[in-house]
Formats: sequence, structure tokens, C-alpha cells
Amino acid sequence: MKHIALLIAILISIPLAATTPSADTILQEMDKNMITNSSKATTRMVVHSRRASRSMEAISYSMGNEKAFTEYLAPPRERGTKMLKLGNDLWIYDPSSDRTIQISGNMLKQSVMGSDLSYEDMMEETSYTESYSAKILESVTYEGREAWILELEATSENVSYQRRKTWVDKERYVPLYEEWYAKSGKLLKTFTASEYQKISGRWQPMKILFKDELKEGKGTEYIIDSLELDIRIPEHIFSRASLRK
Amino acid sequence: MFSFIIKGIFRDRHRWLFPLSVIIVSVAILVFAFSFMDGFMMSFVRQTARFDTGHVKVVSRAYSEMLNQKPHDLALLDIKDLLEDWRVEYPQVTFVERINFGALIDVPDDEGKTLMQADAIVFAIDLDPAGDDYHRMQIDRALAQGRAPRHSEEILISDIAFENLNLKLDDEITLLSSTVFGSMTMQNFRISGVVKFGIQTLDKGALIMDLDAARLMLDMAGGAGEILGFFTDNRFDTTRATSLARNFNQRYTDVDDEFSPVMLSMAEQGNTGYMLQVMDYGTLWMSMAFVIILGIVLWNSGLMNGIRRYGEFGLRLAIGESKRQVYFRLLSEALIIGFIGSLIGVSIGALISKNFVMDMSVYQKSSSILTENLLSTTMSMKVVWVGFFTGLLSSVLGASLAGIAVFNRQTSQLFKELET
Repeated sequence: MKHIALLIAILISIPLAATTPSADTILQEMDKNMITNSSKATTRMVVHSRRASRSMEAISYSMGNEKAFTEYLAPPRERGTKMLKLGNDLWIYDPSSDRTIQISGNMLKQSVMGSDLSYEDMMEETSYTESYSAKILESVTYEGREAWILELEATSENVSYQRRKTWVDKERYVPLYEEWYAKSGKLLKTFTASEYQKISGRWQPMKILFKDELKEGKGTEYIIDSLELDIRIPEHIFSRASLRK
Repeated sequence: MFSFIIKGIFRDRHRWLFPLSVIIVSVAILVFAFSFMDGFMMSFVRQTARFDTGHVKVVSRAYSEMLNQKPHDLALLDIKDLLEDWRVEYPQVTFVERINFGALIDVPDDEGKTLMQADAIVFAIDLDPAGDDYHRMQIDRALAQGRAPRHSEEILISDIAFENLNLKLDDEITLLSSTVFGSMTMQNFRISGVVKFGIQTLDKGALIMDLDAARLMLDMAGGAGEILGFFTDNRFDTTRATSLARNFNQRYTDVDDEFSPVMLSMAEQGNTGYMLQVMDYGTLWMSMAFVIILGIVLWNSGLMNGIRRYGEFGLRLAIGESKRQVYFRLLSEALIIGFIGSLIGVSIGALISKNFVMDMSVYQKSSSILTENLLSTTMSMKVVWVGFFTGLLSSVLGASLAGIAVFNRQTSQLFKELET
């Protein structure tokens, strides 16, 4: 009788194990969704700060994780401000002073346009598999979607957030909610992604709420109004010369 | 009687030389130390009020919670009308608007690329030469090179930063900071002059710019990080400032609005209040310590003197003087020595203090306390009285303790003692 019970238990567990991929596989699938060869997006960033809410519009181009270019279109005060990321370097161009400044050192910790994102966040390697090792903590239902909670540990000291907890959609392999922690274990930021759309075969969030947990305010909404993936982007966009154009 | 005691003291060198010398030296040191402390304190209050706190300061409630960080993103905005009201309601106070913020100085090369960078504290003030703040900040006196800004795109830089960044007058620099909404902001300025305030913390990295230029740069329409209030008689008084702040806050502070104005007296701002208290109590503790130490020294001197005058006391008791009379005579002698010693000590201390100037710049390199680099002493009646009474009290204290021995003096053995 005991043997029969054991056999049944084994038989039941086989399909379960087969349907739950390993944590590494989940990370790989997430990378497939999130990392694009190239992209062009028009975005709005609504910053709900302690004093007021402000909206900014921008157009962004990216090429993998290495190259990114953003030009702010509105409001008038920010119009013409451009940012260029090339590998580990980040430059910002300010039209009123006609100066291009490289953002480095402590300046990387500063907020981007008063938002809950820092320049360091913009520089962050977005590849989960390259930056983190993971383990599955549990299965939950999050906002009506079946999800795994993964605990991510940074594989290198260079990663800004040494630990993350991420709620991953089981069907789409996309992050629904993330908590970003410091090495000390202090919660620094949260990330809430919603309104996923399938674009060029990839699930992409059209709205993300970033919240700096060390700052008062209601966070920063990052809204993607249009998104094109895997398109051809002229190489000259990702050059310092394009900043002053 | 008085002249009899005086003669008694000064005809016997042993009675006056040591105690008088001790009192003179100690009181002179004390007067000098107190006048130096007062000089330091006056300099601290003057400079702290001028550059940082005012006699009172008005900020937003949110700003007041992080006062030391100067969070200009929590500044008061559109305050022109309110400020006019305050000027009418509090005529005893001159209000001036200031914006203090941290910035990065970026020096470009000929191609506009970053050549050098340095951190700076920016003081944005009303740079109108006819204005109050221009004179309060002593801009003309502080100018070491060049001239005061005439346009909003001109700026003054401290001499140490000017040298460290290898700048020249009329060079263009870019200032980087963040707006009141947190966005990065950059603005080009031309250096019109170099300032040297003689205050280490400012001279190593301060910039002075026009208030309206700062408002434009920081997207702070009609705003000010801090509104400093100075009593029109230019004298800071803790009680007066605290009472004014209480009255103001009852009228204008809204506990439900973190951007409503709140007034803080100088004593309520960061470490300034603590410093003021330490200085006040410091004088008290120092004079008490001097009274006790001097009292012990003079007590011992009195005991030695008592042994020497053992026979004299015995004889005076034998011819009918009471122990109480002898004791009070000793106290009278101490009082006279204390009086004369204190008088001479105060005079010597005042003379030493008169032209004393000390260069404190070496000690201020790592200090955030705002005082002038050249500190001078400040003589006041308070210092004179504290020095004088410390000398007098310690002399009487020493004698009153040493004189207790008189009450144990027995005359029964007197003749036997006199025979030997």
C-alpha cells in the first residue's frame, strides 16, 4: 500500500515539475521579452512629486543595452534636452547653456528630471541573466495574473541593486512588480508594470510606475505612447554630435 | 581701622605677596579668556546671522525639517505678497530673500568639453548695490579682484575656488544644479569678481549670484529658499527673537500645509542654538571652576600663613580679642587683597586683550563654524565684573576656609609656646 501511495505521489509531481521551469530559464525568457535589438518610443513621464505633478514628453531610441538616445520634447523648459548613453558613459546636453556634460560619479545618483529614476538606473544593465542569479520563492496571484515570486541576487558588485524580488507573469514571462533593495536589505525602489501589449512578438509594458521609497511623493509614471521594436535606426543618432543638433 | 588693616597687610610681605600675585595672574587670565570667548561668540553670532541664519529665518515647514541640507526644492514659492505683509506687520525686522544651494562648477575648455569640476555653495542674494543685503554681505569689502556683478549672468567666486580652478576674470563657467522640481539645470555665468570673506568655509567654495538669476536657473518663480530677518538695531537677543517667532507662527503657520511659512529664531536653527547655550553656560562654568581652583590655592596659602601667624593669633586671643573677631579680621584682609588683586588683574587682562588678534584660519579648515579668520577679543562690563568678582570671591573663600583654624586655637599653652 505504501509503495502505491509513493508511486502516485511521484506520478503527480512529474507533470508539476515539468511545468515549473527553473529560475534561470525564467530569467532567460524574461530577457527575451525585455531586451530588444533596437527600439524607438515616444514616452511621457509624469512625476508626482511632493510639491506638484509634472509631465514630460520625450522620444527615445535604443540599440540593445549599449546605446540609447533620448530627446525631451516638452515642457518648454526641458525641450531640447538630450541624453546619450554609450556603453558605460552618459552625456546630457542642455540647450540653454549649449553645454554637453558627462554624468559620472555622484551625479549618477541624482534624479532624472526630478523623477523617481536616477541616472544610475538609466545606466543599469537590463539583462536579468547577466546581472542576477535567481531562485523561485513561491507562486502567487498578482493583480489577477498567475505569477512566480523570484528572489534575485546580484552576481557582481557593480549592479546598483544588489537584491531584487520580482513577480513574474507565468504566461508572458514579464515582470509585473519588482522591489529593488540595497545590499543592506533596505527597500530602495519599487517598479509596477502594467498595460502589457504584444509588439513584434514581445510583451512590453506600456505603463510603469517607479517609486523611490526613500523619497516623498507618489512616484513617477512612465507611459509609452508608441513603441516600435527591431527597426533600423541610423547610427549617427548614437553619436555625441547628435546632442547639439 | 581700615588703614590699620592695610598697614598690617603691606608691612608683612608674606601676607600679601603670594595671594595677591595668584589673584592678579588668575584674574588677568580669566579676563583675557572671557574677552576672547566673547569675541569668538560675537564673531560667530555676527557671521552666522549674516551668512546663514539671520536673527530669525522664515522657511517652509517642509524645509525646516531638513534645514541643514538647504533643500531648495522645498522653498517658499510666490511669496511677494506675503513678504510685503510681513514687512508692514513687523517693522522692527528687515526681511531679505536668499536662496542657498549646492552646485557643481564645470569649467569648459575651448571646445566646450569639461576641463575641471568643483563643488560649490551658491548664495543667491539681491545684488543691487543700494539694497540691504549687498551691504550686509559686505560685498565691496570682500571683493579681492574685479567688480560686483552688474548683470544676471555675472557671478562672484571665492578666491580659493578661483585659484584651484585656474580661472581668470571674465572666464565663463557652467553651474550645474537641480531645479525646484528636481530636474538638472545648467547655466553659464561669467566671473566678474573674486571675493574673500575671511571665513574659511566660504572662501574655499562659495559663489555669489543674483537672486533673480537663481530663480530663473532653479525654476523658482517668485520664490526664496530662506527669508532672513534682521532686527533693525542689528542686535540679536534670544528672548526677543523667540517671542517674535512664536507670534509669527501663530499667525502664518498652517500645520496641515507643509509649504506654509514657519519662523525660526537663530537659537532654533540646527547647531546654532546649542552653540549659543554652550557659550552662555561656558562663561558660568569657567568662572565657577576658577573660583574653586583659586579658592583651594588661596586656602592652602592661608593655611601656610596661619601656621606662620600661629603665635600672633594666640597672643591676640590672650589679650582679649575673640576668635570671631580674629576670623573676621582675616576675612577683611582677604577682601582687601582680593579687591586690590582683582582690580590689578582686570586691568592687566584688559590691557592684554585690547590689541589681541588671533589668526584662526589654521583651525577652521575642517570647521563648519562661521567666524572671521582673524578673531579679536571683546571687552565688556560683563567680562570686567565676572573677572573682578571671581578674584574677590576666591580670595574670601580661601581665607574663610583657612581661617577656621582660628577657632581651634588654644591659649592655655601660649606662654610655653612663647618661651620656646
